[in-house]
Amino acid sequence: MTEQLVTIEVDGKTLQAPKGAMLIEVLDEKGIYVPRFCYHKKLSIPANCRMCLVEVDRPPKPVPACATPVADGMKVWTRSPKAIEAQKGTMEFLLINHPLDCPICDQGGECELQDMSMGYGSDVSRFCEGKRVVADEDLGPLVATEMTRCIHCTRCVRFGAEIAGMQELGGMYRGEHTRIETYVGKTLESELSGNVIDLCPVGALTAKPSRFRARAWELIARPSIAPHDGFGSNIECHVRNQELIRVIPRENEAVNETWIADRDRFSYLGVYHEDRMLHPAIKTDNQWRETSWDEALEAAVEGLRKIASECGGDQIGILIAPGATLEEMLLARRLAEGLGGASIDHRLRQQDFSQDAWMPRSPGIGETYPDFQHRDYAWIVGADLRRQIPMFAHRVRAAAEAGMRVSALHALDCGWNFELENNWIQANIPNAVAQVASAVRDKTSRKLPSALKKLMPDLITDEARAIAEDLIAASSAGLLLGADVIHHPAFGQIFLLARWISEVCDVKLSLLPEGANGTGAWLAGAVPHREIGGFSSDVSRLDARAMLDSPRAAYILIGIEPDMDCAHEAIGPALKQARHVVTIHSFMNDALREFSHVALPAATFAENEGSYINLAGAWQDFSAVIPPLGEARPCWKILRMLGSMMEFDGFDSVSASQIATALRQKIDKNPESVATGSDGWDMQQSIESWEMPRWLRMGSMPVYRADGMVRRSEPLNRMPQTQRNQRLHMHPADLHELNLATGDHLSVRQGATEAVLEVSADPALARGVIYIAPGFKSSAELGWHYDAIQIIDQPTTT
Amino acid sequence: MSSAQDRQVETLSSEIKEKIDLWAERYPADRRRSAVLMALHYVQHDYGFLSRELMDAVADHLSIPPIWVYEAATFYSMFHTSPVGRHEVAVCTNISCMLRGGEDLLRHIENRLGIRAGESTSDGRIYLKKEEECLAACVGAPMMMVDHHYYEDLTLERVNEIIDHLD
Repeated sequence: MTEQLVTIEVDGKTLQAPKGAMLIEVLDEKGIYVPRFCYHKKLSIPANCRMCLVEVDRPPKPVPACATPVADGMKVWTRSPKAIEAQKGTMEFLLINHPLDCPICDQGGECELQDMSMGYGSDVSRFCEGKRVVADEDLGPLVATEMTRCIHCTRCVRFGAEIAGMQELGGMYRGEHTRIETYVGKTLESELSGNVIDLCPVGALTAKPSRFRARAWELIARPSIAPHDGFGSNIECHVRNQELIRVIPRENEAVNETWIADRDRFSYLGVYHEDRMLHPAIKTDNQWRETSWDEALEAAVEGLRKIASECGGDQIGILIAPGATLEEMLLARRLAEGLGGASIDHRLRQQDFSQDAWMPRSPGIGETYPDFQHRDYAWIVGADLRRQIPMFAHRVRAAAEAGMRVSALHALDCGWNFELENNWIQANIPNAVAQVASAVRDKTSRKLPSALKKLMPDLITDEARAIAEDLIAASSAGLLLGADVIHHPAFGQIFLLARWISEVCDVKLSLLPEGANGTGAWLAGAVPHREIGGFSSDVSRLDARAMLDSPRAAYILIGIEPDMDCAHEAIGPALKQARHVVTIHSFMNDALREFSHVALPAATFAENEGSYINLAGAWQDFSAVIPPLGEARPCWKILRMLGSMMEFDGFDSVSASQIATALRQKIDKNPESVATGSDGWDMQQSIESWEMPRWLRMGSMPVYRADGMVRRSEPLNRMPQTQRNQRLHMHPADLHELNLATGDHLSVRQGATEAVLEVSADPALARGVIYIAPGFKSSAELGWHYDAIQIIDQPTTT
Repeated sequence: MSSAQDRQVETLSSEIKEKIDLWAERYPADRRRSAVLMALHYVQHDYGFLSRELMDAVADHLSIPPIWVYEAATFYSMFHTSPVGRHEVAVCTNISCMLRGGEDLLRHIENRLGIRAGESTSDGRIYLKKEEECLAACVGAPMMMVDHHYYEDLTLERVNEIIDHLD
């Protein structure tokens, strides 16, 4: 259906506009400027600031352009004396209570009110009475307040209700006493809260970490890509004198629209953390010594060569961060090949690799975010999206608000900020997925592959039946497997069951891995079972777990801290016994100091260049926004040096884009949409169902502990959720059974490691689950994030 | 971990809950927010004023964000978000009452009780409401409202009598 158009006349010019559109949208589209404060294209229209008043032929009084639909034959004057007078009148009222403190206001120079008072304000105030003063609330470490400056546009309030799905700010009191606040003085906890800083047209809400650090006109904006999750938000880095001052969203309607997550906005503070490794260093006799690049590279190469010749290249393991760029992954893979059969993997927290051959060519949703949002049903399994991929959670929420039906399955209630069809909380996820498979089989009378037969449960719950019926009935459903099932000890069987369900119900199956390049890693060669370009491979190499199960003689660690970024409890001993460990990372921590022999300082994302493939399959490249700190170098250049020093093939590229182009050509030659490692269901071995332990340790990576950079952003780590995450959480009924209460301490043993942690009751958890978040020193040595765990000490009741 | 705030939620009495539910039922299931005003009236009537804990309890009961309750409670002048005296005295000072001496009445009460409008007596007996707009009893001006009862055609003597008889 074509859009119906109406003809209107604006400032004497005739325009065509879609029927029903608001006047301001049409004017914006045609580039005709109308001042505004409360209107924002992504938010609802309250028409409360009255700044966009324009003159129209009917009615004979100025109307707000934001709330006036265009009508055929309408005549509009945006700059007529009547319109200007109305706008100036509004401006005068707005300035009545606004302090004249621009020189000490952080918004000065990028303030909509300041700009508009230049255009519409009077140079003399007729208001002689006292101005109102509003007490400030502490909204936490991210958002600074100066509420006396607030003009009550309510953008921040509407953002909370409509976009963040979590209304934390509201309009209290009324009339002249109106105050925008939380009322109770709480920290803004929404994972998207920082966007209110951009939305605020005045200096009432500003960014706390970058407050008073620079003036807007001193900043140079440089584009980049957010490096903490696979969503691929477009960001703009603001730089002054080669220093990164702040990060804001860069509009991209296909990806992040006009928003970014707080993690992407405030992680940049890690760039300047004291843990930054600024010089190459070598460890001799347990003493670290800073040295020159030449010497350090020489030492790294010599050690690798020695191991390769003495023990064989397959005795070398490369563990690379899922947030590494395509270029880094590709060069690391070539390094592995040059070393003669070294193994490489980026799936550092995964335990079960049994179905690697059956995995798709690469994880991700494989379609654009808007296309995904047009699906009619989604079943999200084992994904705490708001914490893991906050902006994707926003997309899912927006889709749900627009009519997509969404069900979830997890061992905890993830606090979804929209109405779920079915929020199934179940500790035994493999069993729950099997129940759905079984219900699908009953309903469709399709034959279940014999490999899956033993997995079928005796009992099918109502939830499972409901989800099965929804999956069958939906016309374009999606089934998404999140990071928490990817890290599950029975991931293989969950995946196979999900795959069978998706085949039978004609549902699109997607994996949502962690890391900014979890999708690209599979195509760039950072997995052992695929060749560069995503081609399936016959050569047997070791996955991340196997590289630690049977320790290697040498390791290359790229962009990771073994205690925080890996989950295998054997990581420590494996690295300790290794004869040669080369670290390429931006930060130094105790574990790296203890285990590595050569440390090569790498640039952070802000100083790096490269590309990522996001979950939607989009290639996005970025350049450095600041020069590297100290002697740090972009990781791809370090890898290129190592490769050329060892005279391997494929290390002569002069730019990151050259490497990316070569990779792209290779991937384009790969026509398979799904790698064919399988010869069909008949070839699958029969699988035994996973046994749920009495106590299941579960550890979803906390949002602000996800990688080395985020962990070093001080404001993010002061957020209350980060603090809460350090405790051990259990269902209140489980705690009661153990005679424990919030605040008590509990000793647990996972594998061979024991830990004593403070407990906290959490009704969001399934019974039988002991939630211990990874990413903290207190839990770092426990091992797998999903595993059996024992309670070894039950203190008496306090 | 779970994003639920560590907050104290007072439990509403089952009587109040039932009364709130009667109102909530009058609106569509997704508009339980509409019952917030009546809910706050009931709670204030029983508990005297709307503490944060009570407002959180109302939010919990109606399954709405607490901020919506705070907004409503602070917007309307008939809701108190801090403790006030047992008896609420509201003197109309709008135009008809003003012309008939309403402001003098208010001044008189302030002096007699030793408090300013908007304050409560230290014995917790009387709350003198800060500002009362027209209560639609102009025919009986000057007038005041005490605990929801209208007293019209007031004189200073009559006011003394009414005030002194509040326990």
